[in-house]
Order: sequence, then C-alpha cells, then structure tokens
Amino acid sequence: MSNIQELEAKIKDLEEKLASATQKNVREKIETMSSEVVDSNPYSRLMALKRMGIVNNYERIREFTVAVVGIGGVGSVTAEMLTRCGIGRLILFDYDKVELANMNRLFFQPHQSGLSKVEAAADTLRNINPDVDIHTYNYNITTVDSFDNFTNVLTTSSLTDGPVELILSCVDNFEARFAINTACNEFNLTWFESGVSENAVSGHIQFISPGETACFACAPPLIVASNIDEKTLKRDGVCAASLPTTMGIVAGFLVQNTLKYLLQFGQVTNYLGYSALTDFFPTMNLKPNPNCDDLNCRKRQKEFELKPKPEVAVEAKEEEKPVHEDNEWGISLVEESVDERDVTVSEGVTLAYTFPDQSSIEECQEATSNDVSLDELMAQMKSI
Amino acid sequence: MVDESTRKTLSTIPLLKTKAGPRDKELWVERLKEEYQSLIKYVQNNKEADNDWFRLESNKEGTKWFGKCWFIHDLLKYEFDVEFDIPVTYPTTAPEIALPELDGKTAKMYRGGKICLSDHFKPLWGRNVPRFGIGHAMALGLGPWLAVEIPDLIAKGVISYKEKNRIGYRVEFIKTYLLL
Ligand SMILES: [Zn+2]
Repeated sequence: MSNIQELEAKIKDLEEKLASATQKNVREKIETMSSEVVDSNPYSRLMALKRMGIVNNYERIREFTVAVVGIGGVGSVTAEMLTRCGIGRLILFDYDKVELANMNRLFFQPHQSGLSKVEAAADTLRNINPDVDIHTYNYNITTVDSFDNFTNVLTTSSLTDGPVELILSCVDNFEARFAINTACNEFNLTWFESGVSENAVSGHIQFISPGETACFACAPPLIVASNIDEKTLKRDGVCAASLPTTMGIVAGFLVQNTLKYLLQFGQVTNYLGYSALTDFFPTMNLKPNPNCDDLNCRKRQKEFELKPKPEVAVEAKEEEKPVHEDNEWGISLVEESVDERDVTVSEGVTLAYTFPDQSSIEECQEATSNDVSLDELMAQMKSI
Repeated sequence: MVDESTRKTLSTIPLLKTKAGPRDKELWVERLKEEYQSLIKYVQNNKEADNDWFRLESNKEGTKWFGKCWFIHDLLKYEFDVEFDIPVTYPTTAPEIALPELDGKTAKMYRGGKICLSDHFKPLWGRNVPRFGIGHAMALGLGPWLAVEIPDLIAKGVISYKEKNRIGYRVEFIKTYLLL
C-alpha cells in the first residue's frame, strides 16, 4: 500500500508527463493567413477555398467573434471546428464539469474529468490553434445572477468591442434556449439554435435573426419525427440517450452554416432537421409569429418590416420551393388541437405542443393578490 | 392527457395570473405574492388531506428556493433537500427542481441532481403559462418523480433508511412513526 507521499510523487510525475505530452509541437501565433502550401501552414487548405472560388475572402474569418453556449457533445465539437477554421475570437459558456459519463461523446478526454468544461475546452483549443482568442465564462446563463453578465458579454465582446457576430446555442435544455432567445430578441443578436433529441436519433439547427425569421418563442419547439413507434419507445430508467454520431453531424451542420453566414457563400438554411433512422433531412423557412409572446420579438418584426429589403437573387428564388404550404400531414399534436398560430411546418417535423387552451383547468381557484405583504406571506409559509 | 388524478391535484392549487419573471421588478413582487398564496393554500390543502409532503421557502428576492420534501415508504419517512432557481425566463419556462443529495444515484436525473421530467410535463406547463406556478411544478414534476423513483431506489438499495444524527451518511433520513 502506497503512502500519501508516494502517491503525491506519482501524481507529480504523471502531471509532468501529461504536460510534456500536450505541450509538444506548440506553434507560434501566425500573423496573417497565407495560402502558401507548406507543411507548417495550417491554413493552406482553408485558403484554397478562395482559389477555388468557393469563398471570396476566407481570411475575414479572423475578424469574427462567435459565442458558443453549452460546451457539451455538440458545443465542444462546434468550438473545435471553429478553432481549426481560424475564427477570430471564441467565447465559451457552460457551468458544468467534464465527467467520465461524457466519454461517449467527442472532444473531451478522460484525464480532463473534474475540470470545468469551458476551461478544459479552452486548454485544448488554444493548443490546437493559438491564433484564436478564447474567452470562457463558467456559469449558468438562466439564473438571475448571471443573465446580465451574459447579455453584457454578448453585446460587447466582438473584436471591435461591439456585439458578437453570431451566437450558437448548443445547450441541452429548454430553459437555456429560452434564455438565449430572450437575450437575442432584446439585444437584436443573430443566433443559431441547435439540438439533438433525447433519444439521440434526430437533431436540428435553426437560424434565428430577430424580426426576420421565427424566434424560439414564436412557435412551440419543433420535433423531427424519428419514425419510432411511440409505444416501443421506452423511457423507463433513463433521462436521455446520446450518440457521438448524431452530435457530430449536428455540430457539422451548425458550423457549416455558420461559415456560410459569416463568409457569405452558399445559402444559410433557416431550419434543417435530421432523422438518423431514415437519413431524412427536412428543411424549411419559418416566418416570425406576429403574435409572439416575446414583446421584443414583435418589436424586431416591426423594425424588420421597415427595413429596405435587398433584391432576392433569381437563383435563390428557385431554391425556396421546398417549403410545404399545407400542413395536413405536417403537424401532429400532442394535446388536443387548439390554436396553431399559423405555424406551417415541413413534412417530418412536428410541434411539441400547441399553445394554451384557456379552458383546460377551469375548476381551479385563483391566487389573488390582496393587501397582504410579501413579508407576511413569507412568514406565513414558514410557520405552516 | 390531463387524467382524473392530475386534474384533482391541480384543483387544490390556486392558479396564478401575473405573467412576470424575476427581471420584471414590481410585477415580479406581484407574481411572488401569488406564488406564496398559491403555495400556502396548496400546503394547507395537503395537510387537510393528510398528504403533507413538502415545505419550501425562498430568498428575499424570490429567485432561489429551498426546502424539504419527504416520501413515506413502508411506514418510514425518507426526507430530501429540495432546491431550485427561478430562471430568467420564468414563468414561460418552469423551474428545474433538484434533489442534490441524490445526484449521481439515478439515471432519472440531469446534472446537479435536477429531476428528469416526464414528456407530458413541459407541454402541459407550456400550455398553462402564466397560470401554473411553483406549486404546480412541485405537484406535476416532483410529486410523480418521487412516487416512481424513491421506491425504486430503495428496492435497488441505492438509498436506505438511516436514523437521524448518524454521522457519515450522504443521505440523511428522518425516522417518524406514523399514527394510523
Ligand atoms: Zn418570436
């Protein structure tokens, strides 16, 4: 049995080995991106996109700041792709720690368990590409304590101290998506929502430009049909499943569309779904809901209406066809149908639920706020 | 989807009407008062129905909630700490209720001991904004979770009944004697 000193010495030795293993071949920063094809230039293949006429000005990628919220199975891979692409600044948000239970996903390594996800990710990413300026924030964005800092970072952290160019939501829960949506509507920030279903066999990305496309509150969450018979889907004993494949695919879609948006090539897809069991990829455009619950969304819609629209290119017009106008096979409702708020969704995509049915629970009494003060109520609650 | 027993439970919890979250200064105070009134009534109703199962209180701002919930199994009372934050997007999104001491003991939890809610909870909540409050989250979220998970955890030996004041146990249970 080793004593504590021996164990400590062993840990120190291992830490040194780890440090030397990870510090090998650390390169210096590169001042300007070059297309020169030499084995020491990490950007030559990216700059080749320019020579081939795919992207006009690849090196502009260095001017952009992207915030990635949620550094889990999708977010970590997203951050790695952006780092390898040479993004100017990357801002990472997460409050969680790396766990061994995360090892079925890409990116993180067992020796990082116990570290905060943002710090562990930043270490790896700086090592992969020291040119990327990485900032980390280790907190839960949905709490009142953190939300103001979160919005402050998003609105002031670009390379010119303005709002970040794009926010990528890679979170795994509804509350955090809603917090991002609230912030982006309020401060007019463009973002991508992404997600993988809890059964791990479907996913999606959605481009949200406040006022121009549907926000996350405009319609109930969309679900990509997984073609699994609900009766055979067992939820007993587990919350969620995850596959590195589905997460990697969704991260790929997300970063691909991020590059198209930032570097202005190709077309940015408004909504792209993925059904793993059938390899089915529904796409569609989602218009904002004029009756959206979010006041700032409605405000952005009015602003957008007043903005002069750029002429739509002829070839782009032809591509708009896949939007399905009728929804007779599109919407399947969890609850009895009520107000669909004119949401038209593509084949293979459904709404998670419909908006409130005002008559569902009538026999309840209301909690009326009378003259009792909050302090009195708090005291009363304590004394029950 | 709202079955009879759920409907019955819901009828004992007063509904709320102010749609305000913790970022809405004065309106939030209004909402908080409704929350407390609804919770007080719900707890009183539970006591009257001999089904008292939780206590909650909050910080001054009403943004952090904490308390105890308990579950009786084979005449033994198993008690757990409950905590949750009110998200900035409340009441559009429900609070994520956590039982930190059970973190890592069951797959039916997310990180930090947040309980895994049924597929029905979020749609039902979403359809009843802003009328559902903390009491509803407890009744529709935590109540059914405890009823399913605690007997299962006991059966698996993951948690076991412990007498109070014995040092060294992560999960502390309080023994009570039920009067029949
Ligand atoms: Zn909206």
